[in-house]
Amino acid sequence: MSTAASAAPPLSRAVMEPVPVRIASVSRETHDTFTLTVTPPPGDPVSAFEPGQFSMLYCFGVGELPISISGDPAVRETLTYTIRSVGQVTYQLVTRRPGDFIGVRGPFGSSWPLKEARGKSVLIVAGGIGLAPLRPAIYSILRHRGDYNRLVILYGSRSPRDLLYRREFEAWSLLPDTQALCTVDYGGVSWRGHVGVVTTLFRHVRLQPQETVAMICGPEIMMRYAARELEARGLPPAQIYLSMERNMKCGAGFCGHCQMGPWFVCKHGPVFAWPEIRPYIDLYEL
Amino acid sequence: MAPAEMKTVLAAHPFFDGLPEKYIDLLSKLAFEVRFEQDEIIFREGDPSSLFYLILSGKVALEMGAPGRQIIIQTLEAGDELGWSSLLENTSKQFRARCLEPVRALAFDGARVVNLCEEDHEFGFHIMRRALALVAERLRATRLQVLDVYSPKGVRGK
Amino acid sequence: MRRKSYRLDEKGLGALIARLRERDYQVYGPRVEDFALHWRPISSVEDLPRGWTQELAPGRARLAPGESAALFHHWTCAEGLKAILHLPVVRILAAERNNGAFRILDNPLPAEKCAFLGVRPCDLAALAILDRVLLGDRYADDIYRARRQNAFLVAVHCLQSAPVCFCASLGTGPRARAGFDIALAEFVESGAAEFFAEAGTAAGLEVLESCGATPAPPEWSRAVEESCARAAAQTRRLDIHAAPQLIDAVFDSPQWDAVARRCLACGNCTSVCPTCFCVNYEDRTSIDGRLAERWRVWDSCFTQSFTYIHGGSVRSSVKSRYRQWLSHKLARWQAQFGTPGCVGCGRCIAWCPAGIDITEEFRQLQLSAAAAASFPTKD
Repeated sequence: MSTAASAAPPLSRAVMEPVPVRIASVSRETHDTFTLTVTPPPGDPVSAFEPGQFSMLYCFGVGELPISISGDPAVRETLTYTIRSVGQVTYQLVTRRPGDFIGVRGPFGSSWPLKEARGKSVLIVAGGIGLAPLRPAIYSILRHRGDYNRLVILYGSRSPRDLLYRREFEAWSLLPDTQALCTVDYGGVSWRGHVGVVTTLFRHVRLQPQETVAMICGPEIMMRYAARELEARGLPPAQIYLSMERNMKCGAGFCGHCQMGPWFVCKHGPVFAWPEIRPYIDLYEL
Repeated sequence: MAPAEMKTVLAAHPFFDGLPEKYIDLLSKLAFEVRFEQDEIIFREGDPSSLFYLILSGKVALEMGAPGRQIIIQTLEAGDELGWSSLLENTSKQFRARCLEPVRALAFDGARVVNLCEEDHEFGFHIMRRALALVAERLRATRLQVLDVYSPKGVRGK
Repeated sequence: MRRKSYRLDEKGLGALIARLRERDYQVYGPRVEDFALHWRPISSVEDLPRGWTQELAPGRARLAPGESAALFHHWTCAEGLKAILHLPVVRILAAERNNGAFRILDNPLPAEKCAFLGVRPCDLAALAILDRVLLGDRYADDIYRARRQNAFLVAVHCLQSAPVCFCASLGTGPRARAGFDIALAEFVESGAAEFFAEAGTAAGLEVLESCGATPAPPEWSRAVEESCARAAAQTRRLDIHAAPQLIDAVFDSPQWDAVARRCLACGNCTSVCPTCFCVNYEDRTSIDGRLAERWRVWDSCFTQSFTYIHGGSVRSSVKSRYRQWLSHKLARWQAQFGTPGCVGCGRCIAWCPAGIDITEEFRQLQLSAAAAASFPTKD
């Protein structure tokens, strides 16, 4: 697990000092979730990311939080974050206006296995805000569509009003060789879509399990159920990946908060292969 | 539906996956095809449970309504089962079933299936094992919904 | 390699302190403050705790009168060297609001040339662990590095062990083997302290030879070895090699519940532990909102907020937090950094207000695992 000793590691100042970035836009996705687009200084390393990685976003004088990057990795001029307003820092972030500045550090962490998935089908399983860290992977697959077989996107949410990126999702569902299904835990009577937890969508999916790579992101309970069920349906465990959430304060492996058994979620994760995380994910209060 | 086609459709349905052929024959004599229009109510909350359905196409919403609250708690589609409570005696429907799309299904009189189970316990074992798996799946999905996993203020043990 | 050994008297030790101070070192040594020993700046031999020893037992850390002429007739300071090198509170960012934007202000590194006199072998081992964690990983902590790279270390071998010590079973003491510039062993001869001295580095040798050290009597070297060997007969021990496998096996052991009934989750153990490195970051602003700072402060895995994610804490019970601390220190650390996170200094045992003993907890876990393994199973 320790990295091979080579050149001296970069100093923490380079990763601990936020880069001031200008907010280009703030758009409302749902009643509590917003998408922020920022423009980093041209060529700054904060903007080069792999799908699945996160940044630390700093709100002047208020605090800092890890937020997954939700935009297109091929677009280097901007960085996009989809943020749910659930606490003080997220509230401050989503109530910024275009032209305001926030700080960005990163990108940090591991990324979705887009190389390993080449030549295979990809099954995306998202729950709630978990669609945001998966969206860069979807963009990347669509950009290199020929490298992959079928693309299946399953998306579960609490209710229809919590669904993210609705227009985009509908566009995905119309693409060839692509299945995009969403479901909600509770629907209003006018809802015509699926109702039921996201795992109930699995039976509608047409995939060769051996030739499929699954990428899962959502609440931990949902990910555990989804990974176990996919394994039961014949997906090789090493082809199932999920993105973990823990209290990440530094992003760089210094603060110790995000430990999960032997892992530091910030540097070994957040994206893990199922066999790496399975021994620990079912241990309560690990 | 012709008897031969009926047998093929029954054998292909996930609920009867792996059931010995003689029982498929038996069931094909009980099953009959039903169709519902979009927005048609298949059953209401409180109705006596009588028919058990295997959905062949279309989408059904299980709903619960009360003043100020009307929600869909589950949708069922091709390959799903509807009305499992008819395999129990003296029960009534807990939800309303409404068609979100035109629906085609096979229906069985639950009481007749139960009678056959009584007469032939081996057949009964096959049916009840499938019914138990179905109920277990529904229970698991329900527990996940109850956990309200997408909400940071979801159900907690505090 | 056999090291040249020297004899240094108290005057020589005074000269050593003076030499280091001349070379712009802030010299730290154990000093009596608030009824305990702490790493504090010293300017002469007179600042050292002459005549004091320590009573160290589970839940008990007291100063007591000892050998009247001895300067090092004690063991560890309350805190490890991390208190000086991995600063408990340090500003990592200063920024100024500027027309809706903000700019990062200059924030000089708190570099300081530190010299330590009286470093115990366990604390040297702890420093090697901190080096691995803070300098040898994906990123290097520049604040620690700025202070660590210039540190001058004068170790003192332990010729006796305290009741809480278990360095021998971890291979980190009682004799210092590496990682020092100079190592001393203290002998009290006719009312005065004298020192057997060895240099571990060229810098150490140069300093030593500049303070009037003379060749040590030939029998001293063996006396040091023999005393250290006697000191290695410790009552406490911990089988660190068994830890990784054990910790996986005992995750659900009732032993964690038993210790949680006594643990106050106060975090004393993590404060005094010489290798606990966890930190938190705090935001401060000026009253007009123009200036903002981020401060790095020591944190403890025993706090409820340590694992907070929206909705709640991952480790909300005291049981889970004690389990994390022990599991990390003894087992997970080995997977993460290739070394245990424990050096056997015994501080966590002495400074625990409930007297919880990590070696005893570990032993109980081993017993519970053994009992589970020998439970009769049906064929």
